[in-house]
Amino acid sequence: MSSIWIVRDYENCSGCRRCELACSIHHEGWMWPEASRIRVFMPFPGVEVPHLCAQCDDYPCVESCPVDALSVDSGTTAVIVDEEACIGCGACAKACPGTVPHLHPRNRKAVICDLCGGDPECVKVCREAGYNALRLVHEEMNGHRKLFARNPVDVAKDLAVKLFGEKGEEVIA
Amino acid sequence: MVKPIWIARDPSACSGCRRCELACSMHHEGWMWPEASRIRVFMPFPGLEVPHLCTQCMDYPCVKACPVDALSTDSIYGAVIVDREKCTGCGDCIKACPGSVPFLHPGDNKATICDLCGGEPECVEVCTEAGYDALTIVNEGPNINRKLYSRDPIDVARDLAVKMFGEKGEEVIE
Amino acid sequence: MTPGGYAGKWLDVDLTKDKIKEVEYSDKVLEQYFGGRGLAAKVLWDKVGEKYPELDPLDPKSPFMVFTGPMTGIYPGSRICVSGKSPVSMGTVGSTAATEFANEIKEAGYDGVTFTGKADKPVYLLITDDGAELRDADHLWGLDGEKTLIKLNKEVTAELTKRKPNVGLWKDPGMIYIGPAGENMVRNAAVIAKICHACGYGGYGSLMGSKNLKAVVAKGRGSLPKVDAPEAAKLLWRRTHQHLIGRTGMRRQGTGYAGYSVGAETSSEPIRNWQEEWHDEKSYGGPMFEHRFWVKKKWADFNCTTNCMKISYIKTGKWKGDITDMPDYELQAYCGTNFGIFDPEANIHLSALADKLGHSGINGPNTAGYAVELHQRGILKDSDFGFKPKWGDPDTFDRIMRMMANREKIGEILAEGTYRAALKIAEMKGLKPEELLKYAVHVKGIEIGAHGTRSDADYTHDISYAASVQGGDHTSVAVDGYNDMSGAVFTDSAVFCNFTYYGVPQSLVFDFAKAITGFPITLHSWRSETGPRIVTLQKAFLMMGGPDLEWEPVKDDDNPPRFYEPLPSGPYKGKTTDKKLVDTKLQAYFETLGWDERGIPTKETLKKLDLGFLEKSMSKLR
Repeated sequence: MSSIWIVRDYENCSGCRRCELACSIHHEGWMWPEASRIRVFMPFPGVEVPHLCAQCDDYPCVESCPVDALSVDSGTTAVIVDEEACIGCGACAKACPGTVPHLHPRNRKAVICDLCGGDPECVKVCREAGYNALRLVHEEMNGHRKLFARNPVDVAKDLAVKLFGEKGEEVIA
Repeated sequence: MVKPIWIARDPSACSGCRRCELACSMHHEGWMWPEASRIRVFMPFPGLEVPHLCTQCMDYPCVKACPVDALSTDSIYGAVIVDREKCTGCGDCIKACPGSVPFLHPGDNKATICDLCGGEPECVEVCTEAGYDALTIVNEGPNINRKLYSRDPIDVARDLAVKMFGEKGEEVIE
Repeated sequence: MTPGGYAGKWLDVDLTKDKIKEVEYSDKVLEQYFGGRGLAAKVLWDKVGEKYPELDPLDPKSPFMVFTGPMTGIYPGSRICVSGKSPVSMGTVGSTAATEFANEIKEAGYDGVTFTGKADKPVYLLITDDGAELRDADHLWGLDGEKTLIKLNKEVTAELTKRKPNVGLWKDPGMIYIGPAGENMVRNAAVIAKICHACGYGGYGSLMGSKNLKAVVAKGRGSLPKVDAPEAAKLLWRRTHQHLIGRTGMRRQGTGYAGYSVGAETSSEPIRNWQEEWHDEKSYGGPMFEHRFWVKKKWADFNCTTNCMKISYIKTGKWKGDITDMPDYELQAYCGTNFGIFDPEANIHLSALADKLGHSGINGPNTAGYAVELHQRGILKDSDFGFKPKWGDPDTFDRIMRMMANREKIGEILAEGTYRAALKIAEMKGLKPEELLKYAVHVKGIEIGAHGTRSDADYTHDISYAASVQGGDHTSVAVDGYNDMSGAVFTDSAVFCNFTYYGVPQSLVFDFAKAITGFPITLHSWRSETGPRIVTLQKAFLMMGGPDLEWEPVKDDDNPPRFYEPLPSGPYKGKTTDKKLVDTKLQAYFETLGWDERGIPTKETLKKLDLGFLEKSMSKLR
């Protein structure tokens, strides 16, 4: 089925973190980076990696939830967390190849990108600023997405080498 | 008051598609003629594409150099305008230009220089359409920095080569 | 009056006599054969005719052809087509590569160039608005592809500047060239362009090598040829690009994500010489190439906005300095998974090496993988290689590819391509040919592209390769004898890129073709007349073959034995190519094209397609 997906072009990421602000303003009512469903990791300055759900075709997080608190929105293909049902066990974070989900800093429930119902806020602000590190595409569900569920520090190590050559191997311990 | 325009150039964003050459020559010559395009993309090594075009230097050394006053500037956008009747194809404008940007037209041997398409450059349009943004319009007036962009495209490519390939970059262009 | 899109003449070079002349052909021939693949086949017949079976492809008499088509440079995706009698299939292949050389030669005023004879010392041909000349290439002979390009760029630009210093800066010329593999007449060597593009199928690099022809270089200052309906052409140009700009997936990834997905999803990727076709090695996913190695992500060829290309660069470690493209899927497979390698960095190195040596990154590695399987099975020994080859070991394949390019040790035999190497090794080891051929993955001498037929989940099936006149060429597969003609047969003759064809409505493509040439071209006319004419001529050449090799009708119109073994792993485990389907569809294919039940064109078909000149040769085969 055709759906939206957020392309991430890490080299374009400026590190401004407006995505974290736009996301948390939308979901939490105010600027709260650590409650944002997209979080920008920066293990070394200049090497910024926006980290967010990739909507894997096999949804290991959904499969792993012991209380069925996770489900899939058939329209957007996003993962939906039922906050009432969630017990904050962290199984979904462990099941995720990139450890994307995290527990909300206040209520300790799993926090996962819901694609804002189809019109992601993070993409809008990234485009507005002219970075286009996050871009919306319309694609069918496919097996590539899961490859983007990577530990952001691993991504950063690759980016570091591309940016700094051999020196890049030294900048992230 | 008309906003000033200048074409900002980002060679590292250039894909090498050369649609700018095609759009420019279709507009000025009526058909696809890359070597008659006022913007020409140099590629001294694959992956190092450098769009080469007039920068509208504040002091217009080309205009000053012309022995028959065939060059002038348009009063609205400051583009260099070539009077092809007067031009004798002597090439003095090319020598005067820090980046050797002008060239003699392959058809009639007259000096050929970007005229900014009267305010809506075709090259920028197709570059934007394709999403490269290697050429973008900025609303900036004449300033001293423009001339710094008037560089031999091989020198630009040498810099890009090092940025892309590190030390190897120093070997890929002789 | 030259039809639209054509420069109107091409060059004919006699390398032995050092003579160059200009050639013109009738509008009728241009309309019947179009350009590129089709025109080259016709010109080959005109030069060689009924003597074709006696012609050794690597003999000086053997013509080497380089042709554009009327749509080259004007339709997005500028490409050149090379052809001649293929040293591997003994038929002809329309072998193409993306390169600015293709539009430059038209801007210089020529539709192409043909070569016969052999230069007594290495030369390159330089083509400009003022004509063409052969120039000394002694100082270039022996250089790898990358060094060749670097030196030629400087030398030719300097020379053009010297000749016409006052016209302004001279841009870099377009060029096609060979590396050591072509120079040493490795039978399946490629003709390389722009570092990482290759006319890979057909082994035409060895044709150039056999003539001491190192490169063909062009710099023109003319416009692209005028077209029949310029206003329509300009409008169609904008519209075509709008379609291409909308192809976000192709623009973003090129085929650089397929090294993972063709293995994991369609289970049709060569692994260890096709012993398996499925893998799920996430280490080989697209992002693993992209994040660490793609230093330029929107890289295009002339007049194309697909920018499917990316530049990969290794910045650190022992392969620091290697430059290639993403690599494209075929080389991710052949220079990677086919070697049992699932490491992006090693794959980039081996792809860059293949490019530099001038190997076809598909055909050469097929032979290298074949050799390692023979070692696995105890047929070849460590002593044949001079070391112990190992699957999954980049150094093994680095060494084998160099040995092949330089014809050292077992490389001397492997340089003959998979099929002939199999026969030679059988002889060498005192074994029956079938014992060696059962591991050889080729069709009619042309090693098969990285899309298997056993899972049936990819775009390649039963007769895709078996019935194709270009053997294992994955870009030009046999579908049903009708639709094939409007795919690669068309793009290889119009000469522009396959990828700018798929993804644009066919009606738009053919309207553009008509606006350019003024010929009454339609999709239907291509499928029923022009395409079949070209393919029938190619079939005639293929079945004539010679001088030392002929293919057996029907028996050799088949898949290799490996493609009938059941897949050993993955979601399609147990599946294999359906031989019964191959047999029935092959007959249907022959029938659709008007060939007899042995695949030889009938007298009626030859007459209908205005190929009567083939009747005498075909009657000998019937």
